[in-house]
Amino acid sequence: MTAEQVRLMINGHAVDAPIGASVAAAIAMLDVHVRRSPSGERRAPLCGMGVCFECRVRIDGIAQQRACMVEAREGMQVRTDD
Amino acid sequence: MTERYDVLVVGAGPAGLAAAKAAASHGARVGVLDAQPRAGGQVWRHDVRHAPARAARKAMSALDGVDWLVGHQVVATGQQRLLVEANGKPVSLDYGSLVLATGARELLLPFPGWTLPGVTGAGGLQSLVKQGWPIAGKRVVVAGSGPLLLAAAASLRRHGAQVLGIYEQASSQSIHAFARQLLRWPGRAIQAAKLRAQLAGVPYHFGSWASVARGGDRLRTIELHGPHGTQTIACDHLAVGYGLVPNTELASLLGCALGGHGKHPQVRVDELMHTSVDQVYAAGEACGIGGLATARIEGRIAGLAATGIDAEARTLMTRRGHERRFAALLQQHFSLNPQLYQLATPETLICRCEDVPLSALDDFADAREAKLATRCGMGACQGRICGTALNELGRFPRESPRSPIFPARLATLASADSSHSDLDRGL
Repeated sequence: MTAEQVRLMINGHAVDAPIGASVAAAIAMLDVHVRRSPSGERRAPLCGMGVCFECRVRIDGIAQQRACMVEAREGMQVRTDD
Repeated sequence: MTERYDVLVVGAGPAGLAAAKAAASHGARVGVLDAQPRAGGQVWRHDVRHAPARAARKAMSALDGVDWLVGHQVVATGQQRLLVEANGKPVSLDYGSLVLATGARELLLPFPGWTLPGVTGAGGLQSLVKQGWPIAGKRVVVAGSGPLLLAAAASLRRHGAQVLGIYEQASSQSIHAFARQLLRWPGRAIQAAKLRAQLAGVPYHFGSWASVARGGDRLRTIELHGPHGTQTIACDHLAVGYGLVPNTELASLLGCALGGHGKHPQVRVDELMHTSVDQVYAAGEACGIGGLATARIEGRIAGLAATGIDAEARTLMTRRGHERRFAALLQQHFSLNPQLYQLATPETLICRCEDVPLSALDDFADAREAKLATRCGMGACQGRICGTALNELGRFPRESPRSPIFPARLATLASADSSHSDLDRGL
C-alpha cells in the first residue's frame, strides 16, 4: 500500500483504493456484485451520482448507503448484497 | 444543531460555486451544501487520477469565508430552514436567502437488458471512473444523445478505456446543422474541437442507438441499431444517456413554480433568477439544461441578487441571454427520435427499485394510481429514474415530490419539529 491509498475491507477482503475513490469503485476493483433487486437480479451502479440507489451497500454497520456517494476510508467495513 | 446563513446555496457545482463567490464577495455569510463528498458538482467532479481544470480550481479555491457543507443531503424544508442529514445526523440550516443550484441528472431510457451490471449512464460511468472505478483496458460503447457523450468518452479514454464507438441518436443532418451554428459561440466551438481531437480514432455514429443489452449476470454484448441496420458487438460497458433532466424536487417542495417548454419540469425564474417564492433563487441546470457557461453566469446573478446587489446582477443579463440561446439550440438539434420510446418490451423492467415491468403499467394513466397498484416509483429512488423515463415515454408525468425528498434515517425524521411543516404533511 502506498501513501496515496487507503485500505478498506469489503466482504472480509482487503482492497486498496486511491484516496478520494468511492466505495463503489473499491467494490468494482474486487469485482463482486453490489446488490440484488427484489426478484433476485444482480444489480450494479447505474447513475454514478446518487440518484438511482442501485449501489446501496452496508458501510460500517449502516445499511442502505449509496456506495457512489461515500469515499473509501482506511479501515472501513463494507458488505455488499446484504 | 442549527446554523444560520445570510445566503445558503444548495449544490456545489459551477452554478452554486459562482453564487457563493458572488454573495461572499459582498460580505454575506454563505453556506454551500452538497450531498457529494466533495465540491465540484458533476462537471467539475473530483478526479482521483487527474488534476482539475483551471476554471474548477479557481472556482473552488477563491471561496475563503464560505462554509463548505459537503456530504449534506437535504431531506425536508421549513420556514426559511432546511432539514439536512450529514454523517447520519440531523442538521438544521436557517437562511436569509436560498439559492437552488441543484443541477441535473441523466435521462435514462429503459430498453431490454438495461438493468444488467455493466450498463450505466454515460455521464454516470464518467463520474464513477473519475472516482476510481477501474476502466483501464475495458471495452466501452458510449451511446445516447448530446454533447455529454463526447465529454464522457474523452474522460473514459483518458482513464485507459478502449472506447469502441460513440452512438448518437440524432441524425447526421441535425448534428451538422448544429455544428454550423456552433460558430456563433466560439468558446464552445473550440471546446468541441478539443474533444474531437482527444477522441481521434474513435468512430462517432449518428442516427444510431443501443437497442438491446445481453449477458447472464453482467453485460456481454449489445445490439446497435443504425441507418445501415442492426449489428451485435461485444463490450464490457455500455455508457448510455439521453441528455439531462433538471433536478426540481427541492424547488417543488418549497412551492416554487415550475414550467418549461419540454416534457420535464424546470424551475421558473425572473431575470434576476428569483423564483416565485420570496427569498428563493435558482440557477443553472435546475432552470433548464444550459450547460457550464450558463450555470456560471446564472449562479453569479443569483448570488448577487440573493445578497441584494441587483444593479450588478443586471449587468450580466445580456450574457445570460446569449448562453441560454445556445441551450435552445441544443434542445432543437438533439431532440429524441420517438423510435427510442419503443425500445422497452412488455417484459422490460421500468421501475428498477421494485422490479415493475412495462406490461404492468398499461392500465394506468396516472403515476399515483400506478404506484398504489404496482409499487412503481415506490422504491428508494422515489421515482427519479422510472418516473422521469415514463414521463419522457409519454405515459404519465411524475408525481409531485413529498418530503422526505431523499430517504433519511429515522433519527433525522424524528428530529424534525413543527417548523418542518412539509415533513409533517409528507409523513
